[in-house]
Amino acid sequence: MLLTRKAEFSASHVCANPQLSEAENRAIYGANSNPNGHGHNYVLEVTVEGDPDPVTGMVFDLRELKQILNDEVVDPMDHRFLNREVPPFDRVVPTTENLAAEIWKRLAPRIAGANIRLRNVRLYETSDLYVDYGGEPCA
Amino acid sequence: MRLTRRYRFSASHRLDTPTLTVEQNRRLYGKCNNPYGHGHDYMLEVTVEGPLDSSGQVVDRGALDALVAGQVIERLDHKNLNADVPELAGAVPTTENLASAIRRTLVNSWTLPPRLERVRISETDRNIFELETSK
Repeated sequence: MLLTRKAEFSASHVCANPQLSEAENRAIYGANSNPNGHGHNYVLEVTVEGDPDPVTGMVFDLRELKQILNDEVVDPMDHRFLNREVPPFDRVVPTTENLAAEIWKRLAPRIAGANIRLRNVRLYETSDLYVDYGGEPCA
Repeated sequence: MRLTRRYRFSASHRLDTPTLTVEQNRRLYGKCNNPYGHGHDYMLEVTVEGPLDSSGQVVDRGALDALVAGQVIERLDHKNLNADVPELAGAVPTTENLASAIRRTLVNSWTLPPRLERVRISETDRNIFELETSK
């Protein structure tokens, strides 16, 4: 069975690779490369796969899941400038793709067990753009 | 990794198939058979799948937007699907047929590095149609 929990956080970022020129960054990332940054209301949907526990009837303790999302994502990222305050985005370009992969990396070890695994991370940058990541090799 | 982008267009249509009688069309399509047609604000989701490139992206947003705008949105937005869209000529413009036509158009014009994984289109927020593209 799949269980999905949603969380939201607001953060600012700049998408620019320091190894490229300003013009090259603008060509690749457009307005996302504006040097002083801009922000989004990110919406995160985390999907957990597992069998309901025969005693509790739950796939995963929802309070625990909420706590994990708060610890790993919302607390460190909400109302932050990702490039300056949230490693590894001081050296990794915080595209929605890289942010989804980083969120996966933070959550997967805490959502793992005999009958439970992290199945998907869906991250909306805006309501018109989202990324799905299931842990497969990125490059 | 998969990336999905949403686009919107508005169009009119009338559902009526010439192989059925007036009464049969009326019963089959209900209000969608009203003689002068009606319109919807459609929402199209285009999902692409592939590895990240050196910029940390699955796809260049500008290139994806340009392709979808040129191949799909500009051809459909503010059009009558029965009269103005050659891709739908001879087909009843149900949202099922519209989804097939959009997928076919995108597959035939696809030039981007990631693969087209699926198209999903909603006619209203209660009716949603989805087509995968086989690997």
